[in-house]
Amino acid sequence: MAAARLSGGDNRLVSLPLSRIRVIMKSSPEVSSINQDALFLTAKATELFVQYLATYSYKHGRGKEKRSLTYSDLSHTAEESETFQFLADILPKKILASKYLKMLEREKRDGKVEDDEEDEDDDDKEEESEEEDDES
Amino acid sequence: MAERPEDLNLPNAVITRIIKEALPEGVNISKEARSAISRAASVFVLYATSCANNFAVKGKRKTLNAGDVLSAMEEMEFQRFIAPLKESLEVYRREQKGKKEARKDKKADSEEQDKSREEENDEDDERMEEEEQNDDEEFPAKFCAAPMGSIPPGFHSQV
Repeated sequence: MAAARLSGGDNRLVSLPLSRIRVIMKSSPEVSSINQDALFLTAKATELFVQYLATYSYKHGRGKEKRSLTYSDLSHTAEESETFQFLADILPKKILASKYLKMLEREKRDGKVEDDEEDEDDDDKEEESEEEDDES
Repeated sequence: MAERPEDLNLPNAVITRIIKEALPEGVNISKEARSAISRAASVFVLYATSCANNFAVKGKRKTLNAGDVLSAMEEMEFQRFIAPLKESLEVYRREQKGKKEARKDKKADSEEQDKSREEENDEDDERMEEEEQNDDEEFPAKFCAAPMGSIPPGFHSQV
């Protein structure tokens, strides 16, 4: 029956390692202990989540035209979908460095005296365009 | 035990495989996309844990249980996960039970063991920490779930 093989092509019930899931869970200071079933469910839910995030982003993203899933598809999902909104901070949209510089210049001209501090998004990949993801 | 940053990440190989199996064949997944999904998954675990913990606290319990996790899914608006999760849980529980019984039989054959160890089985989280060594490998659930030292060599779980 399909129930036992919900995690896809392989024969295991869950592919994510329970011990690693547990490490992440325990990193929350308010958590005392975790029962085995809860650990299993969290791991399984995380798998379902990965599947859902990937398929949703692919379906609604622009990468689909090129039969690829790109970072921008994911950040688009985080921004547009309420369900995935909790990811918005870790999947920020990226802009071309040139665009960002133009924004800064505009702000200066418009009388904003303060220079922007170091952009929080320290992602060096700002140089890349949104489409220029590494091909895997 | 101090957590190195990479310990809060999930193994790349497993994440990649889950993604590949979910998407249509031949779809390319950029490295950035993969790493983003992996990070998202870790955040999901944290979010789910925190949410589940709220339910445990509400129920005046110190141990997160299955119900708490399911309630968390509801709360996080992932209701679509609840039915498949319940199904998987049933299978998982049956497997665990089967392993327990097999261990009991083995014990009956050999000389008497510490009976209380059996009861602590499910509650004892500590043992599982010693299970995994290599961060980047995939680990089947059957290895993760059973405490060390109590699976006789050559024993195969029902997975």
